[in-house]
Amino acid sequence: MKILKSIGYAVGLPAILVLIWAVATAGEANFFVPTPTTLLATFAETWFGDRVVSDVLPSIGRLIIGVTAAIIIGVVAGLLIGSVKWLRDLTEPVLEFFRAVPPPVLVPVLMLLMGITDSMKVVVIISGCIWPVLLNTIEGVRAIDGVLSDSAHTYGISGGARIRYLVLPSASPQIMAGVRQCLSIGLILMVISEMFASSSGLGFTIVQFQRSFAIPEMWSGIVILGLIGVAMSFIFQFTERRILRWYHGLREVENAV
Amino acid sequence: MPSETTDKNTLPTRTTTGRTVQNDEAMLSVRGLKKVYQTDGGPIEAVRNLTFDLRAGELACLVGPSGSGKTTLLKCISGLMAPTEGQVLLDGVEVSGPPKKMAVVFQEYGRSLFPWMRVRENVELPLKNQRVPKDERDRLVNEALEAVGLSHVPKSYPWQLSGGMQQRVAIARAVAYQPEVLLMDEPFAAVDAQTRADLEDLIRTVWKKLGITVLFVTHDIDESVYLGERVIILSSSPTVIQEDLVIDLPAERDQLNTRSLPRFTELRHHVYEQIQLAKAGHRPAAAAK
Repeated sequence: MKILKSIGYAVGLPAILVLIWAVATAGEANFFVPTPTTLLATFAETWFGDRVVSDVLPSIGRLIIGVTAAIIIGVVAGLLIGSVKWLRDLTEPVLEFFRAVPPPVLVPVLMLLMGITDSMKVVVIISGCIWPVLLNTIEGVRAIDGVLSDSAHTYGISGGARIRYLVLPSASPQIMAGVRQCLSIGLILMVISEMFASSSGLGFTIVQFQRSFAIPEMWSGIVILGLIGVAMSFIFQFTERRILRWYHGLREVENAV
Repeated sequence: MPSETTDKNTLPTRTTTGRTVQNDEAMLSVRGLKKVYQTDGGPIEAVRNLTFDLRAGELACLVGPSGSGKTTLLKCISGLMAPTEGQVLLDGVEVSGPPKKMAVVFQEYGRSLFPWMRVRENVELPLKNQRVPKDERDRLVNEALEAVGLSHVPKSYPWQLSGGMQQRVAIARAVAYQPEVLLMDEPFAAVDAQTRADLEDLIRTVWKKLGITVLFVTHDIDESVYLGERVIILSSSPTVIQEDLVIDLPAERDQLNTRSLPRFTELRHHVYEQIQLAKAGHRPAAAAK
């Protein structure tokens, strides 16, 4: 019963929206807005075929590689910069500068430097996704509780053990907040990196459809992007709840007092 | 001072400097310890000159008015902070970082346990870090949890427990680590009175059972007299030793009877007076330089 209820909540609003959309488009023939049935048919015939292999999977692959690399580099560099005071003082202004540069402007530059390659697209994704992870990790490492740190110190927990048992778990709530932002930026940059002078991928395909006035196909591409976003969000929430179970419990207890 | 004359008869074992012993008897030696903090507003002298020894197996309480540098002293002893002058010796070896033979229990139980680890993992972690073999580790953790009466909650997270129970976990962690010296920094200041009484008895029990040296810092006068074999009273800042007092209460103590002994009241009265003097800025003759 409980499960049915939560499923009801999850699909309720989408169902209503689709219904409104169906009613609003029924009987009308606006060229730019397809009906739900047209879109569904187009969706199946556009994406359940060669395009899965030639466009969807490569795009998702680059997204996964880019986001994963950004998370790993961001966390490792963040641990280092957050732990070493002089390194923090040295890098802070530079990081602020690079963070302020909107990654899409890097696409043409990277195209010139790296050519129109998969690695160029991955680098674009990394260049935008790394900042929230990096800066949040630095903040998380800096915010480690003094008493907790003293406790670890008095028990001789230092070096690698300190990172593993103290620094990383202690910074994990902030790191996960950074990862959440990183994922949505990643999806945007995946599309943008494919919009310029590309020959495959979701972004490329959607732009192609737009230019050839294949309007239902274009919409179906947008739907796919949305679905990828939803899937990413579910995976993130699932992982986050497992990693930060202690944190949510702790917060609940604190709020209850 | 009026108190000095009356106390002379009843309190023969008091000195106004820290007691020291022969070098080979001392487990913990504090020698001429001084700590000056450099701040933007100029140097602040937290601890001026402290010298005392703890014999192996002694339970001493360190009591002083608030702001008397108790925590500073403890941080210097535990090797978390380097003294400006003087030194701390543990079993004859100078302390320059947290020593293996020492464990510390902090006041803020909520911030000294790892909230991402369960009770058992918290107690086990220092041993794991010392690469104690698994069997040995399990035995030590079980014994420690049993000693503090927490065998039933190894799978809970610390924050699921009450304050008193969290502090028990911290004590279990210290006990499992098998230290020779146990430092406690106002460990029961943040728990309710009844829990506090239980925890005080727990400390006496653990101390007797393990034969470790305990230095217990507190601002609670009753607690210091009830727990200690000896009470070291600190002056107000910049800190020196106001008095080093032997507590000649019976070794078997319990909350009800010990606290109603006339001797307990006398000692408590005396420590209270000394603290009041310290607060009023009175300093022992030895420190007036």
